[in-house]
Amino acid sequence: MNTLQHIPINLYILLSAVLFSIGVFGVLLRRNAIIIFMCVELMLNAVNLLLVAFSTYLSDAEGQVFVFFIMAVAAAEVAVGLAILTMIYRNTGSVDIEVLNKLKN
Amino acid sequence: MIKLIGLVPILPLIGFLITGLFGRKLSKGITSIIACGSVLASFLISLAVFFEIKSSGEHAVTVNLFEWISSGKLHVSFSFLVDPLSSLFLLIITGVGFLIHVYSVGYMHNDEGFSRFFAYLNLFVFFMLLLVLGSNYLLMYVGWEGVGLCSYLLIGFWYKNTSYNNAAKKAFIMNRVGDLVFVLGIILIFVTFGSINYTEVFGLAKFHGTEPVITAITLLLFVGAVGKSAQLPLYTWLPDAMAGPTPVSALIHAATMVTAGIYMIARSNILYTLSPFTMSIVALVGVITSLFAAAIGLFQNDIKKVLAYSTVSQLGLMFLALGVGAYVTGVFHVMTHAFFKALLFLGAGSVIHAMSGEQDIRNMGGLKKYLPVTYWTFLLAALAISGVFPFAGFFSKDEILAKAFEHNKLLWFLGSIASAMTAFYMFRLLYLTFFGSFRGTKEQEHHVHESPKSMTIPLMVLAVLSVTGGFVGLPAVSGMPHLLEGFLEPVFADSDMKMFPSHISHETEITLMLTALSIAVIMIFLAYNFYIKQKKIPVAEGVEINPAQKVVYNKFYLDEFYNALVTKPLNRLSDIFYRFMELRFIDAIVNAIGELVKQSSKIVRLIQTGSIEFYLLMMVLSIALILFVK
Repeated sequence: MNTLQHIPINLYILLSAVLFSIGVFGVLLRRNAIIIFMCVELMLNAVNLLLVAFSTYLSDAEGQVFVFFIMAVAAAEVAVGLAILTMIYRNTGSVDIEVLNKLKN
Repeated sequence: MIKLIGLVPILPLIGFLITGLFGRKLSKGITSIIACGSVLASFLISLAVFFEIKSSGEHAVTVNLFEWISSGKLHVSFSFLVDPLSSLFLLIITGVGFLIHVYSVGYMHNDEGFSRFFAYLNLFVFFMLLLVLGSNYLLMYVGWEGVGLCSYLLIGFWYKNTSYNNAAKKAFIMNRVGDLVFVLGIILIFVTFGSINYTEVFGLAKFHGTEPVITAITLLLFVGAVGKSAQLPLYTWLPDAMAGPTPVSALIHAATMVTAGIYMIARSNILYTLSPFTMSIVALVGVITSLFAAAIGLFQNDIKKVLAYSTVSQLGLMFLALGVGAYVTGVFHVMTHAFFKALLFLGAGSVIHAMSGEQDIRNMGGLKKYLPVTYWTFLLAALAISGVFPFAGFFSKDEILAKAFEHNKLLWFLGSIASAMTAFYMFRLLYLTFFGSFRGTKEQEHHVHESPKSMTIPLMVLAVLSVTGGFVGLPAVSGMPHLLEGFLEPVFADSDMKMFPSHISHETEITLMLTALSIAVIMIFLAYNFYIKQKKIPVAEGVEINPAQKVVYNKFYLDEFYNALVTKPLNRLSDIFYRFMELRFIDAIVNAIGELVKQSSKIVRLIQTGSIEFYLLMMVLSIALILFVK
């Protein structure tokens, strides 16, 4: 028996909820685009954690399949997102999202 | 050869498609060869068909092309009826049509719409041929509408001129009034007899038709004819139609389209013979129109307007002939009229061409020496229309009057007055145009020239026809056979027996002829006296004339009457609808919807702050909301 399995499921849920909330608040409160970006990743990984926890708990591999998908998509998203961030920095000289309001007016 | 009858209308249609679609790319020479050639080919086939019908002794051949409409009880086949009547009309349409096409090559040579003109002209010939060839009323109606369309297009040919466009619209709308009633007539035929095929309808009508229904049918059809053939009270479009190029007036508004009404009644002669009431209406409308238009013609100063009123008047005489049951005579006059009236119009066109577009006869005069060919041919045509022996008009007009005399003395009397006026205004026109001294400007006088060969040759051919055309219908008193009557006899056989049981005596016939002839000659001398000896010239516009003359000069104020009775109330009503329904109601709804969207978007757009933080917050809150509400 793996030690991980002795930890009750509600602790996993709690951990991922905390991680997710950190992500959400990070997105809402921080203005640095890179940090926001990392917070989004944090939310994704919180969900991943929940998925693998339940997968093991229910002895069902399906959850893990989802996790792989999410990781693949997140990797693609990182590639595109970082490219956009680079362009933003090149054009505005900063990664502050406050300056990204050029479409207004 | 009869098998080839389908080609007769199709050739001009092909000509229309080529000149219409590729006219811009083709040179004027090729356009005119295609346009004239297609009509000439149709003419040659018609000629062959004519002689085949004449020699074979077959009364009627139906050539079935395909089944057109088959719906419930209604079966309409796209088939052509070739009989003496339609083959005669084929010859008139394609023959005179060809001459006018050739003339147009010269007349229109400087016009920028050269190929468009020939395209329309060919299309017209196609529809006209369809009209006379169709073997049922629906096919006739297709042609009937088609020629109306072409008439509209050609009257408004010079579309940059607003008044020409208005004339075109007027012609189209007045024709529509007649056409609508005409279509009701066709529907009634179908309801009554269950078929619209000529042979079936006439066969059934002879035995099963009840008089009230037949009277209703024939009256409805007659209203259609009144519109198309410009009779009272729907004639006012024809004088205005003179806005079109002169060859158009000659072809459509003198020789062919306006005689469609005559053709329709002649074709439906069996129905008409069964309804004496309609017949008397036809005769009455004809003779009154004839008088009315002739009287107006006496005072017109536009060379084409005189001819237009003359056409209305002559058409009236044709209806008189039909109304007294003399169908052959009506068709005979259609034929001779096609020759001399086309010639008169083409001659007038030649004069207008020479005078650089001048149409007012008060500014002409003395053109005899400049335009010898035009003058001589015009003179022959004027003699023919006045009914001078032995020109074509004498025989046909005399026959109409003789038949009217047999039927009713009053009709004869009124018809004679109309034809007396015809002689007067024709020679008034001739004297004012060709005799006396030149009254135009110096510039015009310098420019006056005889028309090119392509215009004078058709004039000469038509002049020959105007002189000799009457010999196919010699009166009984001459002892020679009436060729046309013999030829058309199968078509009218059933009607003739009923209408003319006995013929008038030879003495009466000769007296009538001499009367008509002497009236014409007296009128010509009267005109000579007025316009040559006394050198009278119609007064200029605005000069005071006596009230009776004024009424006639202003065409009995019929246009003004229609204007007050129909056009103005209609405009007033439209104005009311515009102000209330359009502005207050329809526009208000449309504007309100627009305003609503505008106002609400004014509010909603405030959400778009442009701050990404705010968007993110809204996004998170919205997701949370969705999760909770669920």
